[in-house]
Amino acid sequence: MGEPKPNLYSESFPIEGGNFNSAGIVSTGIKSILKKLGIPGDIVRKAAIVSYEAEINVVSYAKKAVVNLTVVPGAVCIEVIDEGQGIPNIDLAMQEGYSTADQKIREMGFGAGMGLCNIRNYSDDFHIESEVGKGTHLKMTIQTP
Amino acid sequence: MNVEAIVAALGLEVKCGREGLGREVTGGYTGDLLSDVMGNSKEGYIWITRQVHQNIVAVASLKEHAGIILINACEPAAETLQKAEAEKIPVMVSDLPAFELSGRIYNLLTSQS
Repeated sequence: MGEPKPNLYSESFPIEGGNFNSAGIVSTGIKSILKKLGIPGDIVRKAAIVSYEAEINVVSYAKKAVVNLTVVPGAVCIEVIDEGQGIPNIDLAMQEGYSTADQKIREMGFGAGMGLCNIRNYSDDFHIESEVGKGTHLKMTIQTP
Repeated sequence: MNVEAIVAALGLEVKCGREGLGREVTGGYTGDLLSDVMGNSKEGYIWITRQVHQNIVAVASLKEHAGIILINACEPAAETLQKAEAEKIPVMVSDLPAFELSGRIYNLLTSQS
């Protein structure tokens, strides 16, 4: 077993489901924290994309969530734990273009079935677990130099 | 080429974010699906869209776009303008449809390089 890596930074943020007016606040906050920590721009932009997509998923489908940002030497970790309907078939949800979004969500330009794909593509490591009727747990890791 | 030069060349109406007009434009992306724009556009791009709601500001800010141009004379929502002003992101309006506007901006950006 290796030595546990020291936390350079950690903070938790709440997200309220259903509130599109405040969508993006958490990811904007995460981006600004990472910039202040001196994380390189390309890593900050990847973290912004994955946290924004996760935030939109919470706003679109869950009751609420907590986002845990942890920065350790070599990595930025973003964990999103929501209370909500959960995902019945994760393989299907991970397919680009598959979406269960309603008309209201789609009219705003969300719900195109690309969010989880963006999260997977812009993370170096991505884990998803979900339980129907309880919620979804995402864990994204982006490596830093 | 900066945002202001594109505004002048195409007669765009600047709705807010004048502070950002000096920003260099490195390319452009046209799209109304926010995840598409999130995944495929790059920093310094000008974003051409017909979405007018406030969530476009978060996308443009997170992706560090040079500005947003609304097509077909679409009016931005009041909250969009407030947020964009705070983020210093220019929001502009064109009378042209997306195809034509994208073509003209593409020509402007490629003819100078």
